[in-house]
Amino acid sequence: MAASLRCFLRSGKKAVSALGQREFHKSAPVAAQVTVRDALNQAMDEELERDERVFLMGEEVAQYDGAYKVSRGLWKKYGDKRIIDTPISEMGFAGIAVGAAMAGLRPICEFMTFNFSMQAIDQVINSAAKTCYMSAGLQAVPIVFRGPNGASAGVAAQHSQCFAAWYAHCPGLKVVSPWNSEDAKGLLKSAIRDDNPVVFLENELLYGVPFEMSEEAQSKDFTIPIGKAKVERAGTHVTLVSHSRYVGYCLDAAAVLTKEGIECEVINLRTIRPMDVESIEASLMKTNHLVTVEGGWPQFGVGAEICARIMEGPAFNYLDSPVTRVTGVDIPMPYAKILEDHSLPQIKDIIFSVKKTLNV
Amino acid sequence: MKTMLAIISNALCRMTGRNAGARVVVSRSFADFTPQATFDIKKCDLHRLEEGPPLKAELTRDQGLQYYRTMQTVRRMELKADQLYKQKIIRGFCHLYDGQEACAAGIEASINPTDHLITAYRAHGYTYTRGVSIKEILAELTGRKGGVAKGKGGSMHMYAPHFYGGNGIVGAQVPLGAGIALACQYQGNDQLCVTLYGDGAANQGQLFESFNMAALWKLPCIFICENNKYGMGTSVERASASTDYYKRGDFIPGIRVDGMDVLCVREATKFAADHCRSGKGPIIMELQTYRYHGHSMSDPGVSYRTREEIQEVRTKSDPISMLKERMLSNNMASVEEFKEIDVDIRKQVEEAAQFATSDPEPPLEDLCNHIFCNNPPLEVRGTNPWSKLKSVSKT
Repeated sequence: MAASLRCFLRSGKKAVSALGQREFHKSAPVAAQVTVRDALNQAMDEELERDERVFLMGEEVAQYDGAYKVSRGLWKKYGDKRIIDTPISEMGFAGIAVGAAMAGLRPICEFMTFNFSMQAIDQVINSAAKTCYMSAGLQAVPIVFRGPNGASAGVAAQHSQCFAAWYAHCPGLKVVSPWNSEDAKGLLKSAIRDDNPVVFLENELLYGVPFEMSEEAQSKDFTIPIGKAKVERAGTHVTLVSHSRYVGYCLDAAAVLTKEGIECEVINLRTIRPMDVESIEASLMKTNHLVTVEGGWPQFGVGAEICARIMEGPAFNYLDSPVTRVTGVDIPMPYAKILEDHSLPQIKDIIFSVKKTLNV
Repeated sequence: MKTMLAIISNALCRMTGRNAGARVVVSRSFADFTPQATFDIKKCDLHRLEEGPPLKAELTRDQGLQYYRTMQTVRRMELKADQLYKQKIIRGFCHLYDGQEACAAGIEASINPTDHLITAYRAHGYTYTRGVSIKEILAELTGRKGGVAKGKGGSMHMYAPHFYGGNGIVGAQVPLGAGIALACQYQGNDQLCVTLYGDGAANQGQLFESFNMAALWKLPCIFICENNKYGMGTSVERASASTDYYKRGDFIPGIRVDGMDVLCVREATKFAADHCRSGKGPIIMELQTYRYHGHSMSDPGVSYRTREEIQEVRTKSDPISMLKERMLSNNMASVEEFKEIDVDIRKQVEEAAQFATSDPEPPLEDLCNHIFCNNPPLEVRGTNPWSKLKSVSKT
């Protein structure tokens, strides 16, 4: 109790997240509002504590508390050995992280944004993803590559790309894209405990957003399995499938559409690879209509893959209209706010697409 | 009596040039041989070091025979691979190591089996010195299920405990090696990592990123540049503004070593290992060596260098001949002994090749296995939507 009062007095801002901290488990167990940032922080803190082979490396993760403050407090708690600030050398430190994973450690390699991972993509794909296969199982690479992915706000073309499709293309990688705080915490813990390379795509705009976390989700052993989607909202008329930030947009669109009598079922993919197509198919066989929503570019993207998989599977015959993809506009991200706003799916675009798909 | 027979048989052998005293040889006492000798080795050029490796190396008879055996095994194994490739039994990439044997043998002689080693694609020699059998290496080259990677990896992707391949992307193995060294430091196990690369890879940016971090964090990493004078078809003069590869680490101390002399390599690596283990951080070694074959089996290796050059190295600097001559001229072993070793190695390589050509290819059921480690089974899409294949982690 005293702790929360202190926290509250220290900074009103942090009061909300203070409620989510573990000290309160001993008192009344209760759901709490926790930001995605704090959920990620908790996940890493718990896994660092649980397994001494786990360590975090990346630019500004230690003394700066993380470029986006995701690793706040970890360096103070765990020190130089386990929270390592690197020079600006993505290819070098990604390779170092992969080598450390090969030699028995469990690194979390942070890319300040996934745009910079392109510098290091050879290490992610050729050194990490393919090694278990090439060695016929002799050499495991238990590594997590994490960082913000996709568009932010006003950061323009070189800093706004979504890499979900790029990484999800490659066998040997698991690609995870959480939406809310429970997703973030549960999936990051699973990713760290996984003995294989996991690309963990966060979203910068979600870091500060609080979500309710159940009591169960606040426990130290809470994990969410990689490869399982979640139905965030049940519906009957149309299935909306999305990942990361756009799950929220789908739910917002659903809230508008319900007033017009259209009930949307919203699926949060959670994992891009391996994709839980079965959940999409089960939903589609109920609703007969499918709309995919993503922030990435349309060509060769997540929505394109969903379309192809639906066509190849049992749910195709249940479609009453072709699958609709709602995506980012096929351009490099512009800077001016009005242009940026129109480069990405808006709620009205989702609503429009649903109605077109339902032919209403 | 035995000594008398020894002298007679030796004389007979030298006169006739044949194994005239063969039966006598077998019963001869080996106490006649010099058990140990000290050899002068070339002085190493130093960068940012006050002192370097010693100028003399001690060699015991047993060590000498062991190094000979190792180098000759690698030599014969590589020549067998050449043969199998020309018969089209080995396909794809095949980068042969003959000529460079002293590097692999010398390094292995100076590190512990618990130390770690990673190299690039010219990896068969190191795969052997790090403990994989000739049989498993050749069978991997021929793509059979008895290969060290069950036929899934091929020439450039062979692994063993504390040996991380075999890496196909030029230079990518260097940050990996620095990472392995980080793990050694993190785990406080007094182990180190030997990270090898070539004169071609020496110009890769990721090397300099690795040098920086390794020096910053004092990682126990020995970076070794095997300078065989050619990066594929480009000579060092045409590729590098500075060909002093031992200096390219700038703030990292470096040694330039005669890579054709197994004793020189051994002493230099010992020196480097002591440097790392004492917590001083990384060190760079440049091994000046030579490859007899072209870059790979698809390169005859004579369009960018002369046959005379290759021949000159073979006659004047061959690492195996050099060791053999040293031992013979110091009476550390006999010609017959070396011949026996040669015969035995030939037999082993022949048997391994037999296995590699007769072992079955991996079963089709194995196609999708080992995508992940320690993972529940999963389904993998085949070439068409009706082809649903199975992938398991453990077989």
